[in-house]
Amino acid sequence: MNLVIIKYNAGNIQSVLYALERIGLEAKVTDDVEEISGADKVIFPGVGEASSAMRYLKDRKLDEVIKNLTQPVLGICLGMQLMCRFSEENNVHCLHLFDEDVKLFRNSEAPRATEAKIPQIGWNTIYDMKSELFHAVPERGYVYFVHSYYAALGTHTIATADYLIPYSAALHKNNFYGVQFHPEKSADMGERILKNFVERCY
Amino acid sequence: MLSKRIIPCLDIKDGRTVKGTNFVNLRDAGDPVELGALYARQGADELVFLDITATVEKRKTLSELANRIAHHINIPFTVGGGISSVEDVNVLLQNGADKISVNTAAFKKPQLINELAKEFGSQCVVLAIDTRKEEDGEWYVYLNGGRTKTEMKCADWAKQAVDLGAGEILLTSMNHDGTKQGFALDITRTLATRLPVPVIASGGGGTMEHFLTVFNEGKADAALAASIFHFKEIAIPELKQFLLKNQIPVRI
Repeated sequence: MNLVIIKYNAGNIQSVLYALERIGLEAKVTDDVEEISGADKVIFPGVGEASSAMRYLKDRKLDEVIKNLTQPVLGICLGMQLMCRFSEENNVHCLHLFDEDVKLFRNSEAPRATEAKIPQIGWNTIYDMKSELFHAVPERGYVYFVHSYYAALGTHTIATADYLIPYSAALHKNNFYGVQFHPEKSADMGERILKNFVERCY
Repeated sequence: MLSKRIIPCLDIKDGRTVKGTNFVNLRDAGDPVELGALYARQGADELVFLDITATVEKRKTLSELANRIAHHINIPFTVGGGISSVEDVNVLLQNGADKISVNTAAFKKPQLINELAKEFGSQCVVLAIDTRKEEDGEWYVYLNGGRTKTEMKCADWAKQAVDLGAGEILLTSMNHDGTKQGFALDITRTLATRLPVPVIASGGGGTMEHFLTVFNEGKADAALAASIFHFKEIAIPELKQFLLKNQIPVRI
């Protein structure tokens, strides 16, 4: 298995690498076009800001590389958001691999003041899972989220979470998968999901 | 629903946990990585590693420790203790820390919070505040591990820090720390209800009821404790079952 993690100006790449190591998988961190295109599976991680990340990808033509990938790709957090159509985070057009848009959580949508903290930081449940990515993952199991922006529910939603409103915890279209939460920090559930991506997603 | 978090804190000196523990099932309870991994298996939601080393070797030891933790532990962790620059933080994050906490250095140079938030994002900037309620009934900020009093009121400093970009507040009540008589409910509630960021309550947790109260009445988003976990006075699985039974959303 030739597993590649796309290197760009976003954090948490090390964390993803270590999480894969813990489940016995080796991955290569690279921004080399040939290496990314030639990989069996690609992970597109990210913690950071959408518009500067898109600019970085475009400057290096990595945006086109990612769009043209035909092997399974897993976007994590910002990686997933960048695979959406458009992000309200500095109003940037993203890769449009998913039709969903990325929006800012708004306090006005909160039913109670104590729930209105943004970013959402912590463990939340996911439900309505519709993908092999979630094989053997319990309905309403907990995963770890850190984010201020969210992908709306849409035709590509394969898991839902609630924070202020229901939103896409994961998306899937063709060979492209994305998760808003951090499987690399989500204890056993997260390791299961990473394993599923490697073993069950095509 | 977003769950309330239970966070064990490990004090570190020269790469070893300081306070003794009586975990007989650990090969080496002084090894922060092994102890942290045990807590992760037991259902801790996050870990905080607080370095109290005061030597020049500190930085290297701490970044090496962060790297070992990141390799072995599958939940988020925060590293704190003497962090005073963007470069300090960069090294720790590069080595796999999810968040860092700043305290005295941020108070002395509030702009540090802004620099860190801009460079790495608010989500990884935790402001730790040590506070004590004085006879005038007000909560004041203390520095240098609680040794130096300031004239700054806790709620004012917390507000200022959040405006500068702090993404979370780790609030320790010096009046309550070590007493096992319960968390400081009033100041925790003040911060938790007024600030738009999560508040981690610390200091005073001695029974499972104390945790229930700090979530229900203190409105805390997370609760942190050290020795009661280290000495198994409270086991995390039982604590979480107890909270769940009392309608607190926790991850089991």
